[in-house]
Amino acid sequence: MSADQTQLAFEWNCRIMSDNGCGFPAPGLHSFLFQPIATVGGFEFNKVMLLALITTLLVVTFFTLAFSKAKVVPGKLQMVAEAGYDFVRRGIVYETLGKKEGEKYVPLMVSMFFFIWIMNIWSVIPLAQFPVSSIIAYPIVLAALVWVLWVSLTFKRHGFVGFFKNVTGYDKSLGAVLPLVMFIEFLSNLFVRPFTHAVRLFANMFAGHLMLVMFTVASWYLLNSWMIPAAGVSFVMTVVMILFELFVQAVQAYVFVLLACSYIQGALAEHH
Amino acid sequence: MIANLVQLAAEEEQSPLVPPGPELLVGTIAFAIVFFFFWKKLLPNINKVLEERREAIEGGIEKAEAAQVEAQSVLEQYKAQLAEARHEAARLRQEAQEQGATLIAEMRAEGQRQREEIVAAGHAQIEADRKAASSALRQDVGKLATDLAGKLVGESLEDHARQSRVIDRFLDELEEKAEAGR
Repeated sequence: MSADQTQLAFEWNCRIMSDNGCGFPAPGLHSFLFQPIATVGGFEFNKVMLLALITTLLVVTFFTLAFSKAKVVPGKLQMVAEAGYDFVRRGIVYETLGKKEGEKYVPLMVSMFFFIWIMNIWSVIPLAQFPVSSIIAYPIVLAALVWVLWVSLTFKRHGFVGFFKNVTGYDKSLGAVLPLVMFIEFLSNLFVRPFTHAVRLFANMFAGHLMLVMFTVASWYLLNSWMIPAAGVSFVMTVVMILFELFVQAVQAYVFVLLACSYIQGALAEHH
Repeated sequence: MIANLVQLAAEEEQSPLVPPGPELLVGTIAFAIVFFFFWKKLLPNINKVLEERREAIEGGIEKAEAAQVEAQSVLEQYKAQLAEARHEAARLRQEAQEQGATLIAEMRAEGQRQREEIVAAGHAQIEADRKAASSALRQDVGKLATDLAGKLVGESLEDHARQSRVIDRFLDELEEKAEAGR
């Protein structure tokens, strides 16, 4: 791999208004493409995959350290991990599914929440600086999993006719508009919903990363002659955006898991 | 370099909404590992501990409740004992008062009785003295009267039988007069 194929979004010797004719390279789709770090038998292994695997390692290691020798009187690490675990368990799963029905889905939801959250957090970690979930494949894997779970649960609970009624929002009292409603509901539940479920997470992280790259690169490029104050503004915005992204990362992980729970709740609920 | 990347993007012509295959695979594996660990190992572990903790806390609460119940019963016992003691004290005081009252009454009655006895003894003494004085006086008066009469009549009235008859008659007359005059 040659030196000019590194992943920097800008070039060190370039500034706006400088003599060597450099222009501001606006971040775009190319900011989300990576040259492979290594190629194993035609399989191109890139930075995002590495980050995804490190995410797995981090989450598993942290919770193993915290929970494998769990004590009745918890240590600091266990206390923090328990707080996170309890937040998802009580705050999301029990809230939407109830304690009895929800208990089965706690492992899925807890692992999903922390997996997504850490994938998002890479966005602001120096050197990584890329949210794994801004590559749509990762949200799609999770959304597809939830979708499959939802469909199979609906079948199991309601049978074939019940599934159809559940998916189409069948309600006799609607009268003449019923076919229309059923058509829309069918599309919405089976196709639009998993799509938006994945895209919501993806787009938030995608946009957040664009903003961060924008302000970061701008801070560097504006650092020339009378543009220096603008560079200061851009730098402050970078810091503000990092804080905002920290917030968005957590919120998106929360929303993803909350929606997953509410879909499952819809599958488990009796049809009215 | 930037040009390279832009070119790369153009070459691949891939929308960011179309997932690349290898990434799907890596994402699936990455999440599967996390899920597996949480499902099989970590959460059962922590749930067991949480359950133990819950039991420990509940046990503690139960103990505290038992202690409270015991304290309550002991308190009630104490209260009952205290009330009993007060009652007893009141009873004793009452009894003492009653005893004192009867004692005073008894002593008063005794005093009364002694006073009456003394008075009665005095009366009896006086009566006896009066009788003695009266009989002594009767003799003396008789003797004086006979002596005087003898001296006046010049005749000895030494004859005892006569003398006493005369005296008795005289005294009876005196008494009759006294009776009549009363």
